[in-house]
Amino acid sequence: MTETRNIVIPGEVLGETKEKKASYGTFIEDGKIISKFLGIPKDSDGYVSVVPLSGVYLPRRNDKIIGFITGVEKAGWVVDINAPWLAFLTVSEAVDEFIDFKKTDISRFYDINDVIYVLVSDAKGGNVHLSMRDPMARKLKDGVTIKITPSKVPRLIGKEGSMINAIKEKTKTIIRVGQNGVVWISGEKIDKAIKAIKLIEEKSHIIGLTDEITKLLSD
Amino acid sequence: MGMKTDEKLIVKGERLDGRKPDEIRETEMKVGVIPNANGSAQVRFGDTIAIAGVYGPRPLFPKHLQESDRAIIKCRYNMAPFSVEERIRPGPSRRAVEISKVTRLALEPVLFLEEYPETVVDVYIEILQADGSTRVTGINAASLALADAGVPMKDLVVALSGGKVDDTLIIDLCGKEDNYSEADIPIAFLPRKKEITLLQMDGQLTPQEIKNILKNVLKAGEGVYKKQKDALMKKYEE
Repeated sequence: MTETRNIVIPGEVLGETKEKKASYGTFIEDGKIISKFLGIPKDSDGYVSVVPLSGVYLPRRNDKIIGFITGVEKAGWVVDINAPWLAFLTVSEAVDEFIDFKKTDISRFYDINDVIYVLVSDAKGGNVHLSMRDPMARKLKDGVTIKITPSKVPRLIGKEGSMINAIKEKTKTIIRVGQNGVVWISGEKIDKAIKAIKLIEEKSHIIGLTDEITKLLSD
Repeated sequence: MGMKTDEKLIVKGERLDGRKPDEIRETEMKVGVIPNANGSAQVRFGDTIAIAGVYGPRPLFPKHLQESDRAIIKCRYNMAPFSVEERIRPGPSRRAVEISKVTRLALEPVLFLEEYPETVVDVYIEILQADGSTRVTGINAASLALADAGVPMKDLVVALSGGKVDDTLIIDLCGKEDNYSEADIPIAFLPRKKEITLLQMDGQLTPQEIKNILKNVLKAGEGVYKKQKDALMKKYEE
């Protein structure tokens, strides 16, 4: 049996409000800090938080995500961002030139089934707005996309990108990771890269995962 | 409940399957059995098997069903045609609709639905094999599936049935006891604060008997809660 990180379940008491402060993934009841999720508890500078092991993506401002165009409207696009809500990308946030809506069909910029790397410019409740005003934002051509659990994205990237860079180098691929858990891969050994990413998702809670991945990649 | 039998259901303090009155059946819980669902679980109490899948929170259409300030939860309880001895007609019956509703009401208080406005959480419960206490088995499975799906929750939901046969108060009724019992009470509660979210009764009991059954169920429920916890942990232990 490999060593695993400590796991808490929903409803488990993590501490008292007198001693610590409640942070993400927790709530307060009768002066106690209680976990909301099945996840890994963290305690930093007196703030108690829980990182969920599963769950859907909650869009936040300034997140860089990968979306799929699902609809072309009069003045923008409807985008599936792997979240509980659909997002909207307006023409003014996507195209720099002047467009006469009477004469132009905007599907020549982005069409249904296109994959885009995009910035979340605003997210309030169920209203999610996207923007292409980011140096990295663009349409992703060819390649394949896979989905992983959004809470495991930081683990996939690793410290200062160590994990993802190792995969990119060893498999000679270009990889884009959206914070919504969508990963786009293009290049030579796509199969191997997917295998590595899936392994990270499965075993994200195990200590010493980097060694296992390096072993898999060097085979 | 309802049917009469000459057979003794309790002989020398032992039930038909050799259990004591306040003993639950052998249980088995497994989490993550449906790869395509956001969360899933299978729960077995003796010969009763329920499988639950949770999808979402996800966009809800048609739009008029959406609530602007919270998510809604849709629950479906369904018995497989082959789950009972005589084939059950597939599709929702009066009974299935009722159980879907009480299951929804049992689960709703634990979820932080206000974090996902305009969305839906779908909970599907299938009874693969029925031998009494199917609704509580379904609720246990749904509770695990919701935790597995990463839906924010205040607590897990533990459910267990109680009842009365041959003037003895028992818990976790099996199919035969269910059919010939004088009364049965399915109960669901939140283990941390002992709040009750489901309490139905079929049959006749005195107030004191109800109190005693509640006490027994809350006590035995702790064991079920521990099993739920172990099942969730087990998914991440290899």
